This record gives sequence, C-alpha cells and structure tokens, in this order.
Amino acid sequence: METSLDATFAALADPTRRTILARLAAGDATVMELARPFAMSQPAISKHIKVLERAGLVTRGPEAHRRSCRIVAKPLAEANAFLESYRRFWEQSFKRLDALLADMTTERERTAGRSRR
Amino acid sequence: MMADPALHIRAEGDRELVMTREFAAPRDLVYEAFTRPELLRRWFGVFDGWELAVCEIDLRVGGAYRWVWRNRNRANEMGAGGVYREIVPPERIVATERFDDPWYRGEAIVTTTFGERDGVTTLAMTVRYESTEVRDGVLASPMATGVSAGFDALAELLRARTR
Repeated sequence: METSLDATFAALADPTRRTILARLAAGDATVMELARPFAMSQPAISKHIKVLERAGLVTRGPEAHRRSCRIVAKPLAEANAFLESYRRFWEQSFKRLDALLADMTTERERTAGRSRR
Repeated sequence: MMADPALHIRAEGDRELVMTREFAAPRDLVYEAFTRPELLRRWFGVFDGWELAVCEIDLRVGGAYRWVWRNRNRANEMGAGGVYREIVPPERIVATERFDDPWYRGEAIVTTTFGERDGVTTLAMTVRYESTEVRDGVLASPMATGVSAGFDALAELLRARTR
C-alpha cells in the first residue's frame, strides 16, 4: 500500500523535481519557464511535473493561463513535520540514553570499588 | 554544560542511510542499553509523554522484537517490529524493521554497530531501504537538512508557506 507520505517522499527523491518545487515556491510558472534552467527537453520536464502532480505537490491551471504550475504546500508540510519528529525522536531518545549511561557507568565504578575493598 | 553530541545523518551506497552518534561510555554498556527491555524503557522514544509500553525482545538470530509506544497525553500509539538476523555482542546487531503505520515502502534492514575508542562509543545505525527511490526520498526530506545539497530552498519554502 502506498501511503500519501510515501508518495511525497518518492516525488521528492529526484533532484530535478526538488529544484522545480523550489522554483515554484517563488511563484507560479509555466512548463517552458520551468524547463529554462535545465539542460532538459520540455517533455522531460513535463514528465517530472506529472509525477509531482500525481503526488499532489503541484496543481496546473486551465489551458487559458498556459497551464501554469502551482505548488501545493500541504503534503510537503506533512512530510516535513513527520521527518522533523523522526529526527527529534532520536535526538530526544539519545539525550535520555546519555543520562542512563552516566548512571550505569557510576554504578559500575561503585561496584568495582566495592569489590576491590 | 557540554552540548549534546551531534547526530549525523548521511546517505551511503545506493539505498542506505547512516546515522552516527557518540556516547561517553564503554560500548558494552551502550549495547546493554540497546538490548535489555528494562533499560530500553528508560530512554527509547521516552519523551513528551511517550512511553515504551511494549518492549519484547527475543535476542537471538531468528528471534523477533516488538515495540509499541503510547502517549500519556494523547490517545496515540505507534508500533514497530522485526526479526534479528545477526547478533554479535557487544559489537553488532542486524535486524529487519517494519512500522505498523508505514511511512516508507516495505521492510528495512537496520545494522547497528558499536565501536569503542578511549572509553567513547561510536554508534552507527545503517538503515537499508528496499530501493534507492525510498532512500533518496527519506534523505531529501528535511530530516537531513544541511546534509543533502540543494534542499535549503525547499526547506525555506516550507517555513514560509506553513506559517
């Protein structure tokens, strides 16, 4: 089963798609405008945009507006929140582990001291 | 007081993520803290009202483990489990990992190694995902901001748009 978070991560996996999103963060753009900085054909860029669209990260305007692309922030924000909590999970856990290890080290030294006496 | 040792996250090979962190204790103690349920309950995911409510460990090759975290403040639960593939105390543990509510596709293989030098343990956790796509997706995310080049602009965007 593909979760929506998973779809977001898969879409973000490609550096071209990340650059496209970063460009769209500055404002809406057409496929032609998006293709300009890349040494890539317009169809190749279109393919990337389709992946972003399927992942719900980008929407496209009506034909009349030359199909300009717009970023959708919500799934990115969800992925961001999730992964920040993942990193935080380990940081907070390891902080507790530091304290536990200090206790365990003290206990070991105390036990060793006692057995020497 | 000294700052907490840094948690480093980087990509390795085509489908692995490596997380490293130092601990000011000999590795046999760190290994114990990673493998004994009564010790894991004191640190593993225990913060902000979360507790490690279920911690079952059958520490042998082919043995299973099961973790369930519960939050005291919110009616919330998170679980994960897997099977041990390799156990070399106090140096190395290899196990499969799968979350009940998956945020990456399939099963990952987690290799945890404990290296020691001058009484300081270096922990390295290598997570091997099912594909390059899954790994890069995880790495490209803000979890690794500052590690993965070219992501700053996107991180900036998230800050601006979610405010």
